[in-house]
Parts: sequence; structure tokens; C-alpha cells
Amino acid sequence: MSLQEFIQQLLNGLSLGSLYALVAIGYTMVYGILRLINFAHGDIFMVGAYIAFYLVGVFYLPWWLSLPLTLLLTAGVGVLIDRVAYRPLRNEPRISLLITAVGVSFLLENLGLVTVGARQKGFPVPGMMASPVRILGAQVGGVSIWVPLISLAFLLLLLWVIYRTKAGMAMRAVSRDIEATRLMGADVDRIIAFTFAIGSALAAAGGILWSFKYPQINPLMGIYPGWKAFTAAVVGGIGNPTGAMIGGVLIGLVEVLTVAFFPTLSGYRDAFVFSILILFLLLRPTGLLGEPLKEKV
Amino acid sequence: MEPNGGQPLLSLRNVTMQFGGLTALDDFSLELAPGELLGLIGPNGAGKTTVFNVITGQFAPTRGRILFQGRDITGWRPDRVTAAGIARTFQNIRLFGGLSVLENVLVAYHVRLRSGVLGAIFRSRLYRREEEQMRREGMALLERVGLAEVAREEAHGLPYGQQRRLEIARALATHPRLLLLDEPAAGMNPEETRQLMGFIQHIRREFQLTILLIEHDMQLVMGICERIRVLDYGQSIAEGTPEQIQRNPRVIQAYLGQAEADEEGQGARHDVAG
Amino acid sequence: MKSIYKTGLTLAGLALLFLLIGWANGHLNEYYSRVLNTAAIYIVAAVSYNLINGVAGQFSLGPNGFMAIGAYVTTLLILPVSQKQAVWFLQPLVWPLRAYSLPLWLFPVALLAGGAAAALGAFLIGIPALRLRGDYLAIATFGFGEIIFVLANNIIPLTNGPLGIKGIPNLPYLLWVTWGCAVLTVLAVTSLVNSSFGRALKAIREDEVAAEAMGVALFRHKMLALVVSGFFGGIAGGLLAFLVSTISPSAFTFFMTFTLLIIIVLGGLGSTTGAVVTAVIYTVLQELLRVVESPLDLGPVHIPGISGMRMVVISALLIAVMLFYRRGLFGGREFSWDWLWQKWTKRKGTSWNQTAASRS
Repeated sequence: MSLQEFIQQLLNGLSLGSLYALVAIGYTMVYGILRLINFAHGDIFMVGAYIAFYLVGVFYLPWWLSLPLTLLLTAGVGVLIDRVAYRPLRNEPRISLLITAVGVSFLLENLGLVTVGARQKGFPVPGMMASPVRILGAQVGGVSIWVPLISLAFLLLLLWVIYRTKAGMAMRAVSRDIEATRLMGADVDRIIAFTFAIGSALAAAGGILWSFKYPQINPLMGIYPGWKAFTAAVVGGIGNPTGAMIGGVLIGLVEVLTVAFFPTLSGYRDAFVFSILILFLLLRPTGLLGEPLKEKV
Repeated sequence: MEPNGGQPLLSLRNVTMQFGGLTALDDFSLELAPGELLGLIGPNGAGKTTVFNVITGQFAPTRGRILFQGRDITGWRPDRVTAAGIARTFQNIRLFGGLSVLENVLVAYHVRLRSGVLGAIFRSRLYRREEEQMRREGMALLERVGLAEVAREEAHGLPYGQQRRLEIARALATHPRLLLLDEPAAGMNPEETRQLMGFIQHIRREFQLTILLIEHDMQLVMGICERIRVLDYGQSIAEGTPEQIQRNPRVIQAYLGQAEADEEGQGARHDVAG
Repeated sequence: MKSIYKTGLTLAGLALLFLLIGWANGHLNEYYSRVLNTAAIYIVAAVSYNLINGVAGQFSLGPNGFMAIGAYVTTLLILPVSQKQAVWFLQPLVWPLRAYSLPLWLFPVALLAGGAAAALGAFLIGIPALRLRGDYLAIATFGFGEIIFVLANNIIPLTNGPLGIKGIPNLPYLLWVTWGCAVLTVLAVTSLVNSSFGRALKAIREDEVAAEAMGVALFRHKMLALVVSGFFGGIAGGLLAFLVSTISPSAFTFFMTFTLLIIIVLGGLGSTTGAVVTAVIYTVLQELLRVVESPLDLGPVHIPGISGMRMVVISALLIAVMLFYRRGLFGGREFSWDWLWQKWTKRKGTSWNQTAASRS
């Protein structure tokens, strides 16, 4: 493999990884607060891509308007799902919540199949993403540069929200001790809704950037990116946003570089990621940055 | 009963339990003679339940050894500790709520079942005999603890006092030599507590038990324990007869800080438990 | 009610079932026998899935993996050698399988081998996964199902990859086989659940810490439930292969698990009889819902069929059940003759709870 190819693959892995990171944030924040694996999160990513597709490709709105609008609408979808399907089950066993989340996931996928159809749709990719860029003497696609950069901007924005704003502080308080926060008079349901909004908006951003990279979208497109992002969240230490980012980049790099170095194994790339997931659950369930969870006896 | 000289039934030797940076139990040692009834008291968060959790294998201690009938059981899995002859109850009642009262007790007999899975599925003669034996024993046990009339009812539907009683009965069904009771009187009114005292003394005699008891209710502790050990911040601060403990200045000091909080907490605890 | 009557009633029920199958075997067209066969296979799969999820309370999401293993192993053993040569035209099938197959009349051996292989798979995934609790277990088993799917797609010398395997021979009297398996599965699982082992499993479901403190070896019992569940899941997969005569990895995606999950949730998690009843209801419902997917002509109004609408309805149904009727049809309890008897004798004033508490 030449150096140029290697750089290309590295950037490729980095951009894929940053997308996983964006999606992993939603998993990790919801898990941190509700201890729920939001099965439907990968499908919210798909919803985001479709909303952008319709705004830009069908209604011909400019990107500077479509992007915030997509994030807003997808955030609304996330909040709605929480309100309708998850909130009524707050005090029920967590397994009930998980089953419901599986149901929501299938509902979104099949609603997608029914409303927009199973056929792939070509995503409108802005010129900036399509044109190649020269970097370190290597010619790479625009997406490989812009996707990680834009993702990074979103992630920094998120860290600012979590650690520097009042809403972020409230979220951290809820994820530390939901009962204590409630006793202190905070509106826990609103904080949870806010968490779903942020997670879903980031998933939408991920969905759009993903579609720049792979500009064919379909209603089932969220399944595998969703699971890889979830793996990223586990690897990074579930419940920890910074960990999710690191985990995302790691998973992206591992996936791309494995296929680059061992092309014969490309059919197994999904199995590979799931094996990492199981290994981590087994050997280091707290992930790289997570704190151990202890059950009180 | 062999008060002195004989081999202790249980001994904890310099047991330390740390969670991350927190030391829940610090160099704690304890010996229990066969037949003894020892009370373990101390302010909230003193590490009493941790003592139970390291004995029953819920946590492996960071340092130190635990010997039961001369055998080192340090770090054993809880089910093996139970099989060896130590049973416990929980501070917050942990019954099998959806199972009937009788079934709760039968689960405790399962460990002694000799039939295999296939024997159970195909209802071999051995299995049928064992199952019948278990049910007979279970009903007899429920009779002895006064729960026979509710044997078929679901455990979570029982009144609070009976739930406590069932938890103890379930522990007895494992045929323990040592019984660990974690705040059995929590949430009971004085009358119920008096009944419980009688009940504990009754089963102690009838099942020839050695008992280690955690309790906040001083009426109960002072009433039935021969020896009391006091914990504070994970350390032993005193040991002696009820009279000695009541006069011990360190104990009084440890509890004084708690007194106000406890008075406020009393009503609340009652609500939670009931 | 005396137990001899109950046994009698159960036997009578079984006899009635066999009479029905005997009649159905000669009288039903292909479509209806297919629906009946599917119902029986769902019973096998759902009852075994309920054992690990509902009875033992260990939330597995991997039954699709077990069914896949069962289906492939059964198929590889029973597919005639000539057909094997025709199917694996890109890469040859691995050696011993390429040259040998069981004769069709030995299909029980093939089914049992499929079940055994799936049980082995369950054992292997159980070693790591059962050390995990709750949702982590769910994720690990889900990962297992996905890994099996990926392997089935890629190990072409064994599975023929995404093209799948065609031409699995028809079994005569398939209805007898599927329903026979359904009855045996229900009997075996019920017997296990009602034994001391079953009580231990339920204790684990109710409170793991307390169960362990009562001497129940957690890992061993969870493994028991998972392996038995995997075994019957494998049988269900093998039966499915005989029914559809073509298998490919896409038949065993997470969608299969989702279907089984709906069945056991609708039936009331933990209730074997609930799983049986809803397995049948689900199969029928699935057929009835074809209406919403087929075009509809109401005189002048023409509504085109929307494919996928069935799944929308079914997923919405699952969510609705979780939100409004969590106990499911049977609320985790079992149908029993006593219950029926009491319903019959005192119609009024008996609530479900009272009868359940006093049933034997």
C-alpha cells in the first residue's frame, strides 16, 4: 500500500469514525440517564437523512436553511418518541422499555418503507463535498476532509453544552442521580426530553453527513451505522460523551483499516464490529472511560 | 452450646473492604461461637451490611480471611456459601414476589436436589419422590413459622410482617447453621417488634441456630443479644454485653451525632418500609 | 379439581388436536396447510424463546441465530447429494457433506442434530453473554444473531452464501411432524418450568441476588435455560427449512427475533400457554393483514396496496401492548383446567387474581 493510499484510508476511517461518534453520543446520553439502549436511535439517523433529502432535494431549500431545520425537526421526532413511547414506562422494569424501543425501531423502519418506499434515493450532495482536496500531497475526496471537520465542530458544540451551560449541568445531574435531582425540584422529564432532542439532532447531523459520504439512502440505512455507533459508545464507556467520541473514531479506523489491509475479510466487517462489542462487554464492560456501575445489595 | 474454648463457627480475620477510594470495612475481625446470638449495631453507613455481604460472598473482601466451621470461604460465590450453611435475609425485603409462599421456600431446597434436569423433565421416580419430600418439608416449615394458611398466596401480596417472616423462613429452608438477619425489625411497630423478638428466640432454639443480627431497634438488640459489637465508619469501636455497650462513652458519642437525624428519619423509614 | 380429571382433559384436548390434524392433512389446500405448519413452528420457537426471556427473565435477542443454525444443519444433513452439487455451483460444499446425506426417512435425526448444534451455539454464546446482566445480555445475544447472519452470508462452502440453499425435499405428513414437535416442545418445556429447576429459574427472574443467596447457582441455571431454548429454537429452524424448502440468511435476520418477541410479549412474558395461543393468533393475524397490503377496489374508489403496511401495524401493536396492556394476554400466568373450571362454576365475582391465587 502506498503512502497516499494509506493517508486516504486513514482519512476515510477518520470520517467514518466521526460519523459513528455523532450517532454514539445519542446512545450514550440516553443510556447515561435512563439506562435504556435506545434501539430506535439508528432509525432516527435515517429519519434525519430523509428530512434533509426532502428539504433540499424536493423543496429545493438552500443548505444553510435545511441543515438547522433538519436538526430541529429530527430533534422533535426524538422528543416525540420519548414522550409517547418511553416516558409512560419510566417506572417499569427496564426490559419493558427495551422491548418498546425495539418496537419503535421497527415502526420507524416500516413507516419509512411504506411512506418513501424501499427504493434507494440519490441524496443531493453539495459541490463542496464532491470536489477533491489535496492534502499532504495526496488527493482525497472532499467528504473525507469536511465530514470529520464538521463532526468535530458539532462535538465541540456538544461538549460546550454539556459542561458550560445550565441545561448541560442539569443533564449531568440527572445522569448521576435521577432521584436526587428530582427531589431538588428539577423537572426531570424536561431534562430527559432535552437529552433526546440533542441526541436526535446529532444523529440527524450524522445522517446528513453520512449521506454526503454514501449518497444513496433507504429506510433501513440506519441499522448498521446505528449498531456500530452503539459499539462505539460501549467501547468508549457507555454514559460518557467524550468516551463515545473516542470510541467512534476507534471503531471507524478499525473498520476501514481492517478492510484496507485484509480485503478478503471485507464480508466479515459487520461480524468483526459485533465481536468487538461482545469482547468489550465481557472484558471491559465499563469501556475505556466509563465508571463502574455497582448494584446495591 | 459451647461458650468458650471450642472452635468458633465463624471467624472474620482482619477483613477490609474497599470500593474505589471508599473503605467500607477497615481491618474488621469477629468470632462467633456456635449457638451465639450476636448483635451488630452502629450508625447508618457504618458498614454493617457490608459485613454481611463479605460473609455471604456478595463481595470478595479486599483483604482478610473468612472462616466458617474451620473452612476458608473467602471469595466463595454466594450460592456455595449458602450451601455451606450460611443463610441471610435482606434489609429491603427481597422475596420472589410473583411466586407463592410455598414456592419461595421450595427454591431454597433446590440446592439439595439430587435429580438431574432430564430426571426432572421426565419426572423420574427419584425426582417425584424428591419433589414430594420437598413439598412436605416446606409445608412443615411454613407450619412451624405460622405461614401455612397463606402457603398458596403470592408473596408480594402478604402483609409486611408476614413478608419479613417468610424471608426468615426461606433462609431457614436452606438448613443453615448460621443465620444473618439484616434489620429484621425495620418498619415494624413496637408490638410487631415484640412478636419478632419472640420469633427469633423461638427459631434459634428450635433450629439450633447461631445468629448474627444487624438492627437499629435498641429494644430488640438489648432484649435478645448476649453480646453486641459496635461499628462506626467501618471500624469496630466496642464490644460487650448490652449493659456494657449502653454505658460505653465511645458508643454514646458515635450515636449522638446520629440522634437527631434518626428522629427525623424514623417516620420516613416507616413509610418506605410499609 | 382432581388431577386425574385434569390429565384426562389434557389427553382429550391432545386427541382432539390430532383428530383435527388428521382431517386437515387430507382436506386442506396448500395455503391453509402452510398457515397451520407456520403456526406450529412459531409455537416451537416462541415457547422455547419464552423459556429464557419470560421464565428465566434473561433477555436474549438471539433466537434468530439458533434457528439459523438449526435450519442450516438440518438442511445440510438431509439435502440429497445430487441437489447439493446443483446448489453449490460456484464453490463446492465442504467434503464429508458433499458426498453424504441422510435418507429422507431419517429426518428426525437431522432435526435433532440441528437442535443439538443450536444448543451448542447457545452454550458457546452463553459462556460470555450470561455473565452479563439485563440489557448487556440483550446486546451480546443480538450481536451473536448478527454474527451468525454474517457467517451464513460469507462461508459459501458451507452455506452457499446469500443465494441460499434450494430444493430441500418435501416431507410427507409435514403437518404431523410440525404439530408433533409443537406438542413435544410444549410438554417438555412445561415439565421443566413446573419442576424444581423451573422454580429456580423463576426465582432468578424475580430477584437474582436473593436467588443466589438461597443457593441457586446462577450461571448454571441460566445456561440450562439458554441451552434448552437454543435446542428447541434449532428444531424450529429445521422445521422451517422443510416447510419453505429454500433457506437463505435473510430468513433469519433480527426480524425473526422481533416476531418471536411480539408473540411472547402479547402472550404475557413467562406464560407458555400464552406463547402457544399468541403464536397461533399471530400467524392468523399475519395472513389477515395481507388485506392491508393488497389493492382494494371499493366500486369507483381504488386503493393501491401498500407493501410493508403489515409490519407497521404489527410494530405499532407491540408498542401499544407495552404501553397499555403490559401483562399480555395471560399476564405471565398459565392456562389451567382449574382456572377454566372455576370460571365455569362461579361466573360472577371471581377476579383473575383470586382464581390464580387459589389454583393448584
